[in-house]
Amino acid sequence: MTRPAPASHRHGALRNLLGIADLGPDIAAGIAEVMRLTDSFVEVSERAIPKVPALRGRTVVSLFFEDSTRTRLSFETAAKRLSADTMNFSVSTSSVKKGESLRDTIETIEAMGVDAIVVRHASAGVPRQIAHWASSAVINAGDGWHEHPTQALLDCYTIRQHLGELSGRHITIVGDIKHSRVARSNIAAFTALGADVTVVAPPTLLPPSLEGWPVKVAHDLDAVLPGTDVCYLLRMQRERMTEALIPSLREYTARYGLTEERADRLAEHALIMHPGPMNRGVEIAADVAERPNAVIVDQVRNGVAVRMAVLFLLLGSGTEWGGEPDA
Amino acid sequence: MSAEDMQRATWRMAHEIIERNHGLDDVVLVGLQTGGVPLAGRLAGALHQIEGINVPVGCVDVAFYRDDIGLRPVLPEAVTDIPVELTGRSVVLVDDVLFTGRTIRAALDALTDHGRARQVQLAVMIDRGHRELPIRPDFVGKNLPTRRDEAVDVHEDGVDLGEMVK
Amino acid sequence: MTPTGRIIRGGRVIDRDGERVADVAIAPDGVILAVGVDLDPAALGLADPELLDAAGCVVAPGLVDIHTHLREPGREEAETVETGSRAAALGGYTAVVAMPNTEPTIDSVGVVRQVLDAGVAAGICDVRVAGAITIDRKGEALAPLAEMAELGVRMFTDDGCGVQDDRLMRRALEYASGLPVPVTLAQHCEVEVLSEGGHMHEGEWSSRLGIPGIPAEAEELMVFRDIALARLTGARVHLQHLSTAGSVQLVREAKAKGLPVTAEATPHHFTLTHAEVASYDPVFKVNPPLRTEADVAAVRAGLVDGTIDAIATDHAPHTSDLKEAPFDHAPCGMLGLETALALGITELVEPGLLSLAELLALMSWQPAAIAGIEAVHGRPIAAGEPAHLVVFDPTQPWTVDPTALASRSSNTPYAGREVRGRVRHTLLCGVPMVRDGKAQR
Repeated sequence: MTRPAPASHRHGALRNLLGIADLGPDIAAGIAEVMRLTDSFVEVSERAIPKVPALRGRTVVSLFFEDSTRTRLSFETAAKRLSADTMNFSVSTSSVKKGESLRDTIETIEAMGVDAIVVRHASAGVPRQIAHWASSAVINAGDGWHEHPTQALLDCYTIRQHLGELSGRHITIVGDIKHSRVARSNIAAFTALGADVTVVAPPTLLPPSLEGWPVKVAHDLDAVLPGTDVCYLLRMQRERMTEALIPSLREYTARYGLTEERADRLAEHALIMHPGPMNRGVEIAADVAERPNAVIVDQVRNGVAVRMAVLFLLLGSGTEWGGEPDA
Repeated sequence: MSAEDMQRATWRMAHEIIERNHGLDDVVLVGLQTGGVPLAGRLAGALHQIEGINVPVGCVDVAFYRDDIGLRPVLPEAVTDIPVELTGRSVVLVDDVLFTGRTIRAALDALTDHGRARQVQLAVMIDRGHRELPIRPDFVGKNLPTRRDEAVDVHEDGVDLGEMVK
Repeated sequence: MTPTGRIIRGGRVIDRDGERVADVAIAPDGVILAVGVDLDPAALGLADPELLDAAGCVVAPGLVDIHTHLREPGREEAETVETGSRAAALGGYTAVVAMPNTEPTIDSVGVVRQVLDAGVAAGICDVRVAGAITIDRKGEALAPLAEMAELGVRMFTDDGCGVQDDRLMRRALEYASGLPVPVTLAQHCEVEVLSEGGHMHEGEWSSRLGIPGIPAEAEELMVFRDIALARLTGARVHLQHLSTAGSVQLVREAKAKGLPVTAEATPHHFTLTHAEVASYDPVFKVNPPLRTEADVAAVRAGLVDGTIDAIATDHAPHTSDLKEAPFDHAPCGMLGLETALALGITELVEPGLLSLAELLALMSWQPAAIAGIEAVHGRPIAAGEPAHLVVFDPTQPWTVDPTALASRSSNTPYAGREVRGRVRHTLLCGVPMVRDGKAQR
């Protein structure tokens, strides 16, 4: 039996955030809107009582099929600071383990009356599939190697906070691009804002095809560091070694790690960023992460305000996306 | 209402604020985004000329406190900026037009998140009536009877009355 | 009702001998009685024959699908021999070859007999069976090829996977070439160490979508190997569902050298590209995966120049709960039987790549020969021949509706697609299994 997809109940508005492209058609304007709203929520976050009643009565469910305490906490904090009710659908103890289909899980959750579903899944595309079945707003909190749009938005915000507009900035993303949802979302967001992005990785950690990717590719990190405004390091997962993608972590660190010597070669204003969790001593030297131009903690802090902005845009603003609001 | 009328009204309201508060000790002006912000600035200027005192001026955006969130487009216009701790202060909320009272209701909620003010007073340039909540202004530039579907536009050169843009 | 014979009136008859406008009279025993213009029933001794209207239609030998997954035994919730037979008849097929990747595997006389019996019991389509090359399709030990051949099995394949072990495949070819009847070993070409973990074609779209890819070379390496083994052993090899430009070129070169190699391609590999996967809808997940525009063009070219001998559906039903899984968890496969003819017409004939006669060669008599059933199916339409026939209107437009298909599953990738060419009647042994577009049993 084929069940029909529900009709969009908020036509024209930003309905879901599955990837950076959803902020289009003018992605730069869409990101600017999120940034502007984030400014307001940063102010809220700095108050003695960092909470507004904006989403009272709304329910946000976090549906994490893959463990990520950091991202889940960030979203739940954001929802709570907006006064939304939060539910945590714990996959490990749920019927999903008993073989319930993805679609049945979604229909069960929706029957309880939720307004937004925050999804993390190890498989690319699951948030899009869920959005096809669900009538509530769907936010992608990371799907496989595909996208992690709120990470990209908080990275844009953090860069803007320290360096101003991204346009014309040279951003170098180092590491396992192939398996990175962070890289895919960040490349889309950074380039939409006019930044010049270079990816640096051994060829085994690049996607098989870069056709249509507006990036430059380099294999020599030392050559690109001096002209870099932002050095963005990706997490190097240990299992990549067993897949014969790199010979050893030692060799990876020697060629692609941000060591003390390499960090010294960065311009004074250049930022060091990492989506976390860090493998200190692998992609980033332990002390480099503590340098004043390492803004990794700012990324985490801004994450809450950015996610407040995204939740408010999806559930509260009633804004027509890419058009004038209804009077 | 002409620009000169508005200036006279501002001047009078400044005097009333001083009178009501027995001076300007602990008085804070908080303008509502967006229309109340320039008026709060002009009131602060008048207070300075009269008493020689610079009262703190803040601004508040009530978008996150509105009761029509999700019903119509609601986005903040600017970042809220409250420069001083409000606990124990006399806060004068400032807006250009008082209409249904719902924005003021939201603003009262917003102020609460910044501390427990000793008292909150309300100054508006135009009171056009049609209240939907039990809210009344303490200081009024002008009472202007209107129809519900009329639009009131307060700007630097005065106040215009027109048709609501649908 | 006592059958008194039938006459198919006013169609364009197309078979391997050519094309002409003629009526086709069928005797009550299911044999073609006469073919000619304005046949007179009385003169043929047909007292009160049923008249089947074929005005504006093509009358052709029934289609033959040499690559069908009927899912019985083991996955009857997705398809059965009966529902699959009905889907086949509605698609214009009078014979299908059931693939052996069932549960249990068709690797023994018992399971062969079970599926053949189910086909006869359904009585809607001539259901033939392909046996597995290796026990349980594990690629470790040869299945009893001779025993299965005795029951009429003429095709063997481990379809779903290829025989990975080079030496075992060589032995299989050598052994099969010594059987008392000619048989064909068919290969699903996929080198697993290269494809493992992949879920779509490796390239531009897999990179963008973050889905692990399967390189074209995983298929091409095995095509290359099997051509080499055909040369080494002299045995016939049939290469299933070619999907890449490289594979087509390898087969083209092998044929130019006179090697005993045949090949098939599926409608989806000449119609759809990997860009479809952008929806993340597992209905577009198939093995081999949907490839690039250039690969689609190469497959079409291979169909046009004779490199590819047959269009085979790789009809692979799956229940919706399995297909509503994450893309990388969902099983591979898509429905094909009820849409293949229309896609051949819409994608190949209407753009002028093939004539209708050439399309029918690829869908009827050429696959019949590969499957070793050319004595019964894909026959000329002439007196004395069995009346396994299809009558279709090559211009009739229709829109694919997954809920309207006869298959027990609905995983068609063509939902909502407008196509042209619709089956009006399908006759098995002279009996309409489909009449006026409606299944009769």
